[in-house]
Amino acid sequence: MRKSHLLLLIALLLIATVAITACGSSGPQTIKIGINAPLTGDIPKVGEGTKFAAEMWLDDINKAGGLEVGGKKYQVELVIEDNESKADSATKANTKLITQDEVLAIVGPQSSKQAVPAGEVANNYKTPMVSPWSTNPNTTLNRPWVFRAAFLDPFQGVVDAKFISDEFGFTKAAVLYDVASDYPKGLADVFKKSWEDLHGAGSVVAFESFTTKDTDFSAQLTKIINSGAEVLFTPQYYNEVALIVQQAHELGWTGPIIGSDSWGSAETVKLCGSDCYGSFFSTHYAAAGATGATKEFIDRYNAKYGYVPDDVGALTWDSLNLLKQAIQDCGSITGDLGKDRQCVRDALANIKNFPGITGDMTFDEQGDPTKCAVIVKISDAGEFEFYKSACP
Amino acid sequence: MDSFFQNIVNALQWGSFYALIALGYSMVYGILMLFNFAHGDIFMVGAYLGFFVAAGLLSLATMGILAIPNWLVLLLTVLIAMALNSIVGVLVERIGYRPLRDAPRASAAITGLMIGIILETGNLAILGAQRLSFPSLIETQTYTIGGVAVTNKKIMIVAVALFLMLVLHLFITRTKWGMAMRAMAYDFAIIPLMGVPINRIAALTFGLGSALAAAAGVLYGVAYPILDPYMGILIGWKAFVAAILGGRGSILGAAFAGFLLGFIEIFTATIFPSTFRDLIAYSIILVILTFRPHGLFGEAYSARLRL
Repeated sequence: MRKSHLLLLIALLLIATVAITACGSSGPQTIKIGINAPLTGDIPKVGEGTKFAAEMWLDDINKAGGLEVGGKKYQVELVIEDNESKADSATKANTKLITQDEVLAIVGPQSSKQAVPAGEVANNYKTPMVSPWSTNPNTTLNRPWVFRAAFLDPFQGVVDAKFISDEFGFTKAAVLYDVASDYPKGLADVFKKSWEDLHGAGSVVAFESFTTKDTDFSAQLTKIINSGAEVLFTPQYYNEVALIVQQAHELGWTGPIIGSDSWGSAETVKLCGSDCYGSFFSTHYAAAGATGATKEFIDRYNAKYGYVPDDVGALTWDSLNLLKQAIQDCGSITGDLGKDRQCVRDALANIKNFPGITGDMTFDEQGDPTKCAVIVKISDAGEFEFYKSACP
Repeated sequence: MDSFFQNIVNALQWGSFYALIALGYSMVYGILMLFNFAHGDIFMVGAYLGFFVAAGLLSLATMGILAIPNWLVLLLTVLIAMALNSIVGVLVERIGYRPLRDAPRASAAITGLMIGIILETGNLAILGAQRLSFPSLIETQTYTIGGVAVTNKKIMIVAVALFLMLVLHLFITRTKWGMAMRAMAYDFAIIPLMGVPINRIAALTFGLGSALAAAAGVLYGVAYPILDPYMGILIGWKAFVAAILGGRGSILGAAFAGFLLGFIEIFTATIFPSTFRDLIAYSIILVILTFRPHGLFGEAYSARLRL
């Protein structure tokens, strides 16, 4: 008797499940979006920023009574998965989001370490994915389903070259970079190319390098000073920045020194002191001195969670709004997941001049955004201040 | 031409550090016939000790307890860091090397590497990976003489380095302890039989070498004010090259080769693309050593090398 009861129960449950699933797919009332974030692991603060920005975004949607697509309002559900800041967990999380939770699209993972393998999964399952923070070219490379909200590292070289030319009207530049490190080397090469595109061959009058852990740059800087360069571009990390800038001044350099987003650490000013005041660097986003929608986002976030959001929060916010835009551009949600995902992907690829809080974005054919960077000035009080927005 | 003289100034400063550190390698080799591979990390410890002494003295000064000008803070920092670091050097000798006095040379070399790693990672464990910024004790003043930029810091660094080398030279040639060291370097099997205390001389040698390394560390902090736990590795290796180049056990050789190394590095970076600086600089040294395998001031056929 007992056995048959149990069987009956199982049968009933099965029927119920099928019925519910059937109900779900017959008339889509909710849109599910997956969030793949490092809530635990090495960088929990990044995970927290992702989650907070996503929750704030969802609040807005709920307040508006849902997401309006083609004249019909849909509820939005966020499925947040923890990737433990690990590559294998990130691919598992993506697989679960796509196959079990059946999300329409995914935002995340943040770091390239997770975004590169997770992008592979999303691309294989033909599900649109937007990584807010990843800067490794391989995340989106030859993956039509994968996009990102951050610009690629070397891209700053283009923006910086243009910013210096427009701002100061200089024609001769010097570059000092670490030849043994990917990030500075990539940036230095791109800067040199774009500078020479603007001012002709030979306009980078000194292209000097050193290797990681070097602390004395006097020979290179002497060369740079004697080359007649008007500006020094050095896309280095904060510890080297302090040494380079101080030694340059000691050797008699008086021109401006420009850097990249690797300067954007609180340590830069701590180590470099007043020598760095008045320098500029390009980055994704600057909280201090932000205006318009960016300021509104920062103020709301700060009021809600008690601290100023960093670039992860801002880029996550932009990624979700990009998705929202793409879903709305689609015109309708059919309920056929494959079709809807295809439609969202195509809409994402076609977005033009999307007004994000980290800059206006248009995706190129690889799914990387062409967007404006922020130029930050280190003020005379040693603070990072928004100076202007620089576009390629 | 301006850049030529500018680079001479640059090389003098850079060579000062190599010379001061190389002296420590050379003295220890001269007396005990072993290379203290932890010496680069002893230099690092010296820089950190200097940091804490300077920070301590500065906070005393701001609290009004010890109202002294900054140049005096710097002088005291150098002296106290030298004293403290010589204790570190003596401890390294007592704990790491003395038990291995009769063990094969390879064992002592391996011990040196391990002590180095212990000092680096110990520092990392205590202070964390965050880099420290050495306090700016003297205001940088740049003088431009005929197109050559010289700072007061550069002049001070080279002057202090040369002064310390002179003091070391006088100590070794004019004092009884110095004579004992020279005797020990001449033959460390026979001399102890004549009543020269080998352990005390060994400790003295390590103490002196470490004191010079601490002076180099503090001066380094003044010139390149960023300290990290691994700062001593590369400069330690290069100073070791200088010690070999100068001739193992030769004080004059170590000092000279330290400056020479500074000149070679700076001028290869000036003449060739800076990417190849170390490749070319150390190839040149390899060539020199091919023709003078005992170094510039080393003696070819002496089992024991004189100080």
